[in-house]
Amino acid sequence: MSLHDQVMAEAARIQGLGETAGREARDPVNQPTINNWLEAMGNTNPRFAAGSGRGEAPPSMAQVWTMYGLGGKPPADDPLHGMMNVLTDAGYTAVLGTNCEQEYVRYLRVGEQVRVTTALDSVVGPKQTAMGEGYFVTSRSTWYVGSEVVATMLFRVLKYKPRSVVEERAPASVSKPETFVLRPMQNRDTEFFWDGTAAGELRIQSCNACGALRFPPGPACPDCGALDRGHVVASGRGTVFSYVVHRHPPVPGRDLPILIAVVDLEEGVRMVGELVNVEPDDIKIGMPVTVDFRRIDDDLTLPVWRTS
Amino acid sequence: MGDVLAPWELPITPTLVVSTAIATRDFQDVHHDRDLAQGHGSKDIFLNILTSNGLVERYVTDRLGHDIDVLGIAIRLGAPAHPYDTLTFTGTVASVEDGVATIDVRGAVSLGDHVTGTVRVRA
Ligand SMILES: [Zn+2]
Repeated sequence: MSLHDQVMAEAARIQGLGETAGREARDPVNQPTINNWLEAMGNTNPRFAAGSGRGEAPPSMAQVWTMYGLGGKPPADDPLHGMMNVLTDAGYTAVLGTNCEQEYVRYLRVGEQVRVTTALDSVVGPKQTAMGEGYFVTSRSTWYVGSEVVATMLFRVLKYKPRSVVEERAPASVSKPETFVLRPMQNRDTEFFWDGTAAGELRIQSCNACGALRFPPGPACPDCGALDRGHVVASGRGTVFSYVVHRHPPVPGRDLPILIAVVDLEEGVRMVGELVNVEPDDIKIGMPVTVDFRRIDDDLTLPVWRTS
Repeated sequence: MGDVLAPWELPITPTLVVSTAIATRDFQDVHHDRDLAQGHGSKDIFLNILTSNGLVERYVTDRLGHDIDVLGIAIRLGAPAHPYDTLTFTGTVASVEDGVATIDVRGAVSLGDHVTGTVRVRA
C-alpha cells in the first residue's frame, strides 16, 4: 500500500467514527472570561459588558469555552488530532490553518455549560501548495448546551511537508522543487484577473455603471458603489511609479535581490509587480515598462514587468 | 447593498497578540513566545485564528451597530499578522436577502490579506 493509500485509509476509518462523544468546557460561560476577552480585543460593545443585564457572551467566543487550555491534551479518540498524527507520521509535519467557518445558532448565556464534539469531514490531497506538498484536513465541530446545538464550525488546515524538508530529503539528481511563490488569494472577485494572466492578458476591473477602472479588484465600485462589474484588457504599458529592492530576508528558492515596482498603467491604475530584467542601480522612477507573464503552474500565472 | 463600511486600522503590538491569545485560551507558543516562534520558522509571534475571528466580529458590529446579531463568520486565512504591522479591515455589504445581510470583509497586513471572508448578520 502506498503512503497515500495508507493516509486515505486512515482518513476513511476516522471519518467513519463520526462525532466524538463530546468534551465538556472547563468552566461554564462566565463574565470574567468574557471581560478578559473584551479587554484584549478592545471590544467595547455594551451588550456584553458586566451589568448590561443581558448575560450574553460574544458569538465568536463560542470556541473559547472548549479550548484545551495550558497543558490540556486532546483525548485519544479526537478525530482531528488522530488525523494530524497520521499525517505527521507520513512526513507532513507542519500545519497551517486555512479556513474557519463558524455559525452561531444563538448567543451563549452566562452560566451555561457548553460541550463540543468533533468529526473528521474530509481529507484531500496530496496537493502542491506554496508552503509545500500537503493534505487539506477539514473537521466539523458542534457546540451543545444540553442537547441543543448552539454553534458549529468547519475548520480546515493544510498539513504539509515544509519545503526545506523536501529539499533536504530529495536526492541530488531530482530537480529542484518549483520556484517558491507566495500565492495570491484567488476568489470570485479576482478570478477574472488570474484567468487573464493565464491567457496572456492583463485585465483591469471596470465598473459597468460609471466606467471607472479600479485595482485591486473588489466587489463594489469605490466611485459610485455599483456592484455590476466587468473588465478591460490593458495595453500592458506603464511607467515605474515607485519600487523597492528586496535584499533581506531570504526568500526560499529565490536569488536576491528581488525588484518590486509599483507600475503606473497607461489606463490610470497602479499595480505592484516584479521587475525582471533590471539591475537595482539601473531602476529609475518614470522608466517605461511592459508587462510579461510568468507561468508558475496550472493554477497561477503572475504578471511581471520588463523595461521597454 | 453595496454599502461600504468605513475602514478600521488596528496597529498590531506584542501586547495585542499575547493578550488576545491568552484571552481566547490559546496557549500555543507561536502566539506568545518570540524565540520559539522564530525557532518554528516564523518572523515573530502572530495573531491566532480565534482572535482574527473576534476582530472580524468587532469590526462588523462596531460599524453596523452593537445590537446587530451575528449569525456566522466564515474566513479564509492568509498572511500572518505580526507585531509592528497594521491590520486594516475593510468591508462591503454584498447582499441582503430574507432579513440576512452578508458582509464581505477583508483584513490586510503589509504581507497581503491576513483574513478574507464573509460575516452574516440579521439585517
Ligand atoms: Zn462606478
